[in-house]
Amino acid sequence: MDPVFLSGQLFTGLSVASLLLLTALGLALSFGLMRVINMAHGEFLMIGGYLTFIAAKLMGPGFLWLAFPLAFVGTALLGALLEFTVIRRLYGRPLDTLLATWGISLILQQAARQIFGSTGVPVTAPAWLSGAVVVHGGVLDGLTFPHVRLFVIVLSALVLGGMWWLLNRSPFGMHVRAVNQNREVAASLGVNTRRLDMLVFALGAGIAGVAGVGLALLSPVNPTVGAAYIVNAFLVVVVGGVGSVLGAGAAALLLGFTTALAEGLTSSSLAQSIMLILVVVFLQWKPKGLFPTQSRALEET
Amino acid sequence: MNRSAQTVLIGVAALALIFAPLYLGAYSLTLLGRVLALSIAAIGICVVWGRGGILSLGQGLFFGLGGYALAMHLKLMATAKGELPDFMVYNGVEALPWFWKPFVSAPFALLMVLILPAAAAGLIAWLMFRRRITGVYVSIITQALVLAFVTWLNGSQGLTSGTNGITDFQMFLGINLRGESVARGLYWVTLLILGLCLAATALLLRTHFGAILTAIKDNENRVRFLGYNPAAYKIAAFALGGLLSGVSGALYTLHLGTISPAMIGVTFSIELVVWVALGGRSSLIGAVGGLILGNLAKDKISSAAPDAWLYVMGGLFVLVVLVLPQGVAGLLNHRRVRRTVPSVRREVKEVTDIA
Repeated sequence: MDPVFLSGQLFTGLSVASLLLLTALGLALSFGLMRVINMAHGEFLMIGGYLTFIAAKLMGPGFLWLAFPLAFVGTALLGALLEFTVIRRLYGRPLDTLLATWGISLILQQAARQIFGSTGVPVTAPAWLSGAVVVHGGVLDGLTFPHVRLFVIVLSALVLGGMWWLLNRSPFGMHVRAVNQNREVAASLGVNTRRLDMLVFALGAGIAGVAGVGLALLSPVNPTVGAAYIVNAFLVVVVGGVGSVLGAGAAALLLGFTTALAEGLTSSSLAQSIMLILVVVFLQWKPKGLFPTQSRALEET
Repeated sequence: MNRSAQTVLIGVAALALIFAPLYLGAYSLTLLGRVLALSIAAIGICVVWGRGGILSLGQGLFFGLGGYALAMHLKLMATAKGELPDFMVYNGVEALPWFWKPFVSAPFALLMVLILPAAAAGLIAWLMFRRRITGVYVSIITQALVLAFVTWLNGSQGLTSGTNGITDFQMFLGINLRGESVARGLYWVTLLILGLCLAATALLLRTHFGAILTAIKDNENRVRFLGYNPAAYKIAAFALGGLLSGVSGALYTLHLGTISPAMIGVTFSIELVVWVALGGRSSLIGAVGGLILGNLAKDKISSAAPDAWLYVMGGLFVLVVLVLPQGVAGLLNHRRVRRTVPSVRREVKEVTDIA
């Protein structure tokens, strides 16, 4: 395979992995903390995308300054609402949450279909993002890096760094880690676990909303875009190890690269199938994912 | 509702189903037959999820394997000897792929309807359960697998006819499928198979096997410490669930006269689960009844108001889980459940008093 094509595939894989990572971060957080499987998480991505579309309509070329806060706050509020009305009633019943949130995702998708139509709405990237970096000379002559994809990669690196700081260096993060390790003990030491659950859930939703902005820049937003990402995002969580931010990052890269490489070698649909089967095989080797939470407990509570 | 009332109700429903061809119109009969075929998959979900506690979101995979196994035979029967099925010709395939060849034989195809789904389910279950993968992981993996299967089907136009699916059937076992009395015959055959599957599964669940399965759902580690190997029981249950899904898929393909990736995908698999949840996941009759009534309602509502349907469906998902965790069957057995609830509440209260 020629090196230009190969590096191009890897670069595309990296940008896809970035979006996957942003989507999976929220899932990893809420799954690690509350053992909640949120099937409607992909719809936060979709809503973030539509909010970007609205921002672009309102503001014109400089819309990104509005799109980020709008997408983050909008989806975070919706996440908080979802947590308050449905999810907190289902703690300790992960399989049931899965079904309920799938129902919510159906409702949100249908609502989007009726408001925005079933075909994708395009968002034009601002002028400073529409160019590309082109490599001249050397082995990689002719390789292009579109600005939009570079922007998405930088964005997700920034969010990942921010999340790492928040979880490992801030008081909020200390509480999250404490509840993650032992909910009862954390609660008895004065952590308001209910409030924390809601905040973490809203935060995860907000990050997915931000991912939606990146998604809107890369391709048109349609009602089923969230559903397309959700299965892969869950695989990232499973491969990375539940509740591990680092693991989610590594797994997103791994999945993104594997898919991009397989796509280069065979057809796109076969690549997707191969990737999914590779994940199942991987779990034979490491059933708890790349970075499992160490625990001596016999059963997960 | 007490036991004898239940028996009477089930008896009346069974009689109504047996004589349905005598009083139902052509459209309603076809619809009912189709839904009955689907409900065999519900039996499988009841065993795997209701009894075993394993939520599989990939039953569509086994359903599809059964359906495609039969569809391949039917397609070869509808193609003249020595020629290739039409979709292969359009896609420039020059020779019949190796895995199509044995499906010329009807006994082989029928055997594959049983073996393929059961073996696939057994293999997947073996891979998962021997590494003690449980709970939501199983749900995610099975969902990923059904997605992988559907994506592969969609991508291989020449081998499986891709998104269009396999269609245009004519003859099966020497019977012309487009004949007049076929609809009735097929309905009764479906009902008979459903009855047999129900009876066999009900008997099986009453044995030692059924008891251990329920025990695994309640506390897998305790079962392990008692000297049983939970993985073996779970693999057996999962394979049975796959087998039932495969039978259901084959019958459904016969009823509909086509099978395509869109019919067996992620959405289909999760819908199956919801109807079972609505009816009552741990009761065989509840699961089958829920699926039948749910799909009949879907047909009525989605043809009357297509836009509203997804709202209704989504709302049902949430409502069932929040309000009716044991489904309608759990509601009917209200009294039996009630008796145990107050004692639990009292315990909780004592603890809060101390605090």
